[in-house]
Amino acid sequence: MTPVETAQRKFRRVNEIIEVHGHEQAALVPILQEVQAEYRYLPEEILTYISTAMRIPAATVFGVATFYAQFSLEPKGKYLVRCCDGTACHVRNSKPVYDAIRAKVGLTDGKFTTPDLKFTVETVSCLGACGLAPVITINNEVHGKMTPEAAAIIIDTLLKRDGDN
Amino acid sequence: MAMKSLQEFAGYVRQCKKELESRARRVLVCAGTGCLANGSEQVLNEFHRLSVDAVAVTKSGCHGFCEAGPLVKIEPDSILYVGVTAADVAEIVKTTLRDGKTVERLLYHHPVTGQMYRGEKDIPFYSSQSRVTLANCGAIDPDDIREYVARDGYMAMARAVADLSPDEIIEEMLASGLRGRGGGGFPTGRKWFFARNAQASQKYVVCNGDEGDPGAFMDRSVMEGDPHRVIEGLAIAGRAIGASVGYIYVRAEYPLAVARLRRALKQARNVGLLGDGLFGTDFSFDVIIKEGAGAFVCGEETALLASIEGRRGMPRPRPPFPANEGLWGKPTTINNVETLATVPAIMLRGAEWFQSIGREGNPGTKTFAITGQVANTGLIEVPMGKTLREVVFDIGGGLRCDKQFKAAQIGGPSGGCLSAEQLDIALDYDSLSKVGAMVGSGGLVVMDEGTCMVEVARFFMHFAQSESCGKCVPCREGTRRMLEILEKIVGGRASMDDLAMLEELAWVVKESSLCGLGKTAPNPVLTTLRYFRDEYLAHIVEHRCPAGVCTAFKSYKIDPALCRGCTKCRKTCPVGAISGDVKSPHVIDQSVCAKCGACKAACPFGAISLS
Repeated sequence: MTPVETAQRKFRRVNEIIEVHGHEQAALVPILQEVQAEYRYLPEEILTYISTAMRIPAATVFGVATFYAQFSLEPKGKYLVRCCDGTACHVRNSKPVYDAIRAKVGLTDGKFTTPDLKFTVETVSCLGACGLAPVITINNEVHGKMTPEAAAIIIDTLLKRDGDN
Repeated sequence: MAMKSLQEFAGYVRQCKKELESRARRVLVCAGTGCLANGSEQVLNEFHRLSVDAVAVTKSGCHGFCEAGPLVKIEPDSILYVGVTAADVAEIVKTTLRDGKTVERLLYHHPVTGQMYRGEKDIPFYSSQSRVTLANCGAIDPDDIREYVARDGYMAMARAVADLSPDEIIEEMLASGLRGRGGGGFPTGRKWFFARNAQASQKYVVCNGDEGDPGAFMDRSVMEGDPHRVIEGLAIAGRAIGASVGYIYVRAEYPLAVARLRRALKQARNVGLLGDGLFGTDFSFDVIIKEGAGAFVCGEETALLASIEGRRGMPRPRPPFPANEGLWGKPTTINNVETLATVPAIMLRGAEWFQSIGREGNPGTKTFAITGQVANTGLIEVPMGKTLREVVFDIGGGLRCDKQFKAAQIGGPSGGCLSAEQLDIALDYDSLSKVGAMVGSGGLVVMDEGTCMVEVARFFMHFAQSESCGKCVPCREGTRRMLEILEKIVGGRASMDDLAMLEELAWVVKESSLCGLGKTAPNPVLTTLRYFRDEYLAHIVEHRCPAGVCTAFKSYKIDPALCRGCTKCRKTCPVGAISGDVKSPHVIDQSVCAKCGACKAACPFGAISLS
């Protein structure tokens, strides 16, 4: 395959997404959401491509992509672990859960994603499941009433499942 | 194909009611986010596998009693089972559905008194509430429009479209005195009146479902548990101001709400309750769902509109107000989910009925998400003006683990912290704003003596600072400096000058910020300074944290006499601060220790203590 063909294949899916939503700026957020669902992040060259295809200034596209917390310009891990740190979770000790998960997957310093791209561990401000505080979600699956020990067991299960494959 | 006339609709209503009545007995399994997380889907599947034919088993929206989930309700027996697992289903089918007896171990037992309760109407958590907006949540299958219609759903819309003029709708809303449930408390009727009077060929109505306040989830529950009610309210608003298009803006963190709303819209279009020429009139209406992308500030109306337009969700100065220049410069009305979900009840039962609930100037009911250190957490709805004490102790069941009430944080980051002295305050817009708090989104987080109020203030300031969009200087820089000072205080490095600066900054940010986020961001700081100043002083002057929370003032130690060298603490420690050989006493390196307390919880010999 020539480099041109590779690039065409790469952008074909993006083109399909843009076709569905149209070229108006109002469609930009849904388009970015769908692109991110496809690639698990927003690769820079795709943002540039979107800018050209939609005839929206690149600064606008990057501006929107960097404004919203949902968008990531960095690749995310296979498992996206989101630890809720809303008020209810916070007063019911969400911090030790977060620390335990980070320790379990081996995240140090300011990093949020493991080098093997298996885990991304983030905090979010509220998942709206306050009755089950503290809560974490893993790829949108909700786990409530967490403790550092329980969270470690869940991560172990995921690691084991991956090891078996 | 739209409903051609009221007669056609009446026929459809009869059909739906008949269908519902034909099911003599119903089993409702809660499928709200909380219960789903606890495994309610397996419970539902097991019921479907085992149930006898005469029983209608359906999922329902959130019952509000999230902590006790998964919940199973049996009607008309009015039995509520809590904490049900798939393994319990066979017993429920045999004992309750076949033999008509209750399974006592699955009934709700009060966590403090131990008393057993049979059904919703007995449990204090429910019996002290009055459900208007949440009336259907937990009572119907949100994915089935017929159940909503059978409970008088879309009746208010039919009346508003076919019987009333837009001006009459607005008059009814003005007379009801409904105030915006998003937090500001602006009269809904007046908002509609302004947009009605604006001249334009195209207008819009927008439902604000961007519920970003930490500790609040009522909008989520309504959208998940009764999506048609939101759509109906939005359509009535559309009819009132003359808009044919409505938007529902839902935050990205609520995928289930989005899915349920999408399905509800599809059903409403299919049966002709949305579309062109509704009920044989010239009124057409349809709804578009917009997903947010994770920005707290998008809850602010002008920022929300910018976000729908595909721009960065930043607020702009008002005027012009959205009622005159909103979405794409057209007149737009923006109402919160809960506000819109209250509208159908008002249109159906009248302004007078609504005024008879609550208190003067604050009519109706309000939902609160009660969480934190109370025995019963969940979603509640009470008449405006119920006292904080009634909500925390009667409905919330008091504090868990025999702890003392210390504070209630009400209204999220825009609200404030109330102390035990304010327990008798009425929960309504006017009383709360007098003490520096806010109804806000209705998040109500109860805290016991194990909570440090300075740390809570820091927590909210951190939230406000990281969610500030950065457009205006007071908010962007002010909240950052306030956070720095709060971090100094909880870190034990602050002076009294810092405290004075914090207070001064708080007023500057409050008075000079562009939008609601900045204007209300200092509220948690100001209220904690007002009601818990001694805690600030303890941190600064005495170098101690009275609640024993702030890590700067504490350290974990291992008692060498009690330690047996089992290595459990060493293995548990997330930061590797513990060292020592097997079978000999371990030690904690204080410079590394993150003070999370995991080691203390792990030690089987009680050798680790906090000092």
